[in-house]
Amino acid sequence: MLNLIVRRVAIAIPTLLIILVISFLLMHAAPGGPFTSEKPLSPQVLANIEAKYGLDQPIHKQMFNYTVGILTEFDFGPSFKYKDRTVNEIIAQGFPVTMTYGIWSFIIAVFFGVPLGLIAALRQNTRTDYFAVSFSIAASVLPNFVMAPLLILVFTLWLGLLPGGGWNDGSWQNLVLPVIALSTSYTAELTRLTRASLLEVLRSNYIRTARAKGLPELKVILRHALKPAMLPVITYLGPMFVGLITGSFIIDSIFSTGGMGYFFVNSALNRDYSVMLGITLLVGGLVVLFNLIVDLAYGWLDPQIRY
Amino acid sequence: MKYCMKAILLAAAVGWSSSLLLAAGTHPTTGEALTDDQIFTYVTIDEHTSVDPQIVEDVAGAAIVRDLFEGLYNQDADGNLVPGVALSHATNADKTVYTFTLRNNAKWSDGRKVTAGDFEYAWKRLADPETASSYQWFMGVMNIKNADDVMSGDIPVSELGVKALTDTTLEVTLASSMSYFPLTTTHGSTFPSPQWAIKAHGANWVKPEHIVSNGAYVLTKHVPNETLVRERNPMYWNDADTIMEKVVIKIVNDENVALTRYLAGEFDKTGVPTGQFARMQTQYPEEVYSNPTLCTYYYNLNMGEHGPEALKDKRVRQALSYAIDRDIIVENILQAGQFPAYTFTPDATAGFTVPEVAVAVITQAERDTKAAELLSAAGYGKDNPLSIEILYNTSEGHKKIAIAISQMWKQKLGVEASMQNQEWKTFLTTRGEGNYEVARGGWCGDYNEASTFLDLVNTNSGYNDSKFSNEEVDQLLADSKTSDNPQPNYTRIEEIVADEAPLISIYHYTSAMFLKLSVKGWPHENVEGNWYSRNLYKVAE
Repeated sequence: MLNLIVRRVAIAIPTLLIILVISFLLMHAAPGGPFTSEKPLSPQVLANIEAKYGLDQPIHKQMFNYTVGILTEFDFGPSFKYKDRTVNEIIAQGFPVTMTYGIWSFIIAVFFGVPLGLIAALRQNTRTDYFAVSFSIAASVLPNFVMAPLLILVFTLWLGLLPGGGWNDGSWQNLVLPVIALSTSYTAELTRLTRASLLEVLRSNYIRTARAKGLPELKVILRHALKPAMLPVITYLGPMFVGLITGSFIIDSIFSTGGMGYFFVNSALNRDYSVMLGITLLVGGLVVLFNLIVDLAYGWLDPQIRY
Repeated sequence: MKYCMKAILLAAAVGWSSSLLLAAGTHPTTGEALTDDQIFTYVTIDEHTSVDPQIVEDVAGAAIVRDLFEGLYNQDADGNLVPGVALSHATNADKTVYTFTLRNNAKWSDGRKVTAGDFEYAWKRLADPETASSYQWFMGVMNIKNADDVMSGDIPVSELGVKALTDTTLEVTLASSMSYFPLTTTHGSTFPSPQWAIKAHGANWVKPEHIVSNGAYVLTKHVPNETLVRERNPMYWNDADTIMEKVVIKIVNDENVALTRYLAGEFDKTGVPTGQFARMQTQYPEEVYSNPTLCTYYYNLNMGEHGPEALKDKRVRQALSYAIDRDIIVENILQAGQFPAYTFTPDATAGFTVPEVAVAVITQAERDTKAAELLSAAGYGKDNPLSIEILYNTSEGHKKIAIAISQMWKQKLGVEASMQNQEWKTFLTTRGEGNYEVARGGWCGDYNEASTFLDLVNTNSGYNDSKFSNEEVDQLLADSKTSDNPQPNYTRIEEIVADEAPLISIYHYTSAMFLKLSVKGWPHENVEGNWYSRNLYKVAE
């Protein structure tokens, strides 16, 4: 296992470097720049600004300086759009927000989605199963950009129960609506996945064997079916967790949470190079990390897997 | 014991209710009953870029800066100049040197006196290449002596034409005579900045814990992309007249969600979502406003080297302009009280009378006939149709207008009009490089005088995307800077622009908003949209 961890960390470094280089090149290839505006700046003013941010240097130098800044001082540079903030500050402010509502959404999705899928599979073709299947279809076709404004309409305008947005240092009232809007489709996906996976396992030969040797049904499921049924679910949970904690543009912009998802998308539109790179690297790093965690979990779930 | 408890409770209740009465009070001049909570909460769609007066570059940020800082002059509800830190100014005979007399009771929030030196420092800071402000160009608009050479780093910042003669006397030397110079001093980028705080904290000086400001409010809280709070500044020289205690911004990126939350009572002011003005005005007639603003929506016709040959023919450009029915666009598409435009400068501009240009004084039927004649005279018709591409930045609103205009051209003139949309920055680059045929544009005035619009058609203007060049226009513009009455020049320029049609003015913007009935003092007539929180107050309903 240690071997695996060491190997994966060793691969992670060039992976992140490749992400950095590709993002850097793509970003600079996009037309316009951070300082392109409706009222174009005079060449002199533009030159002053580019000199200040080091954008006047050749691209390989910019990339080198940027990488050195990260490695030596963990400095991701200043934001080109929000001039009185650095990328570190933007991430330090936005990441805890997305992480909070992301973790809650993850917990809710796993807590409801997995058991619902299990029950549906165990009671296939009963009312419970039909309910679970209908829920997962309905919830996955209702996108969160429709659901979020609907929730605000009902809970803020009509019922007056919950604030329609804002973060308020993460108070629970401000968390409820974003978490519902974000977790619903993930819950649905987990229900569908768990159900399908368990059904498949239940039809396999070793389950038939277990039943044939007279094991009680509960033991068959707990000891023999559950673990292998969880394999595809775990594969899904890793990237899902990263996706949730790094934020959603829709959730951030509709609920004004101040989270990182909004900054990420907007940094691309604003050509705010440093913010975009900083968040890309953070997301990239997290993906690598959680893929590793998923792989380690595999070993525990499936004894056939050897590292 | 029981009685004793009751007496205490009663005394507490009386004390509490009388303190309420005292706190509420009435407005000192209008006598209206004021509410207890003088807190004004409003929505902005996006996070402001900065609250540093010399760095800020967006409208939402400029409104914050106007509350936190005070420049030489302020504007009243109608947009006229009223004293700010400056009490008055004098000028020499040829209007190249302006001397401002500053009040001696203006203070920074840390108690220091606001001096002419603070303005000198701020203006030099704006022009300094090291500051690298996106608003450096405003020094050029102000026409300050040596501004260009200072910005390019050719001469030291100390050579800039601004000097504090005493603590209360500021002398400004211009590159050439300019009669409307004082108008530019209400712009945020000219506000003073505290050298000692900037030296001590660098870029972090604008953080709530470090900021020192001289306006009616101080910054007390900022959570990026969520909220910003400013509270009254007891050190402000006119703090006694401030009624609004606290001003809160909530950043809501989605305008429809903002409206829902406004209706739920969370905010006092928000925008009207695109395309919903007419319906909202019927539903909430007392809370919905549409105020004229100093902005023009127009189409550039590319006359430059990359532009199509057809658009180099004046008759083609005129035909395209005549065939656009501005009334349909304003009344049927926009529906928020916008004004059809036949001149580039809006009617709302101070001291500007809209000239009766040829295209404006005839009916649309006459325009359509004329357009068809002009285009066939230029050699285009059924056998030889003109084909034109309209470029706009991706947005539902721009798309609707482009569809309407391309249909008008198609039906009335047989033009094969196509449309292309591009993402904002890509669009700006394409348009800036002149790789288009027809491209949309939106222009807002930087100060309330016609030159802020008409300078765009100057041959050397960096904003002249049509690449229009006319010697007479350039000369008229140059002369108007020194003239006491530039209106005849402006009239002539508008006539030339309407005739040559390098750009087609389509409509003049309005700004539509929801404002709670309880909020009073909003300057609806200020066409630059310059509002100051210290003039607002909330009345009891």
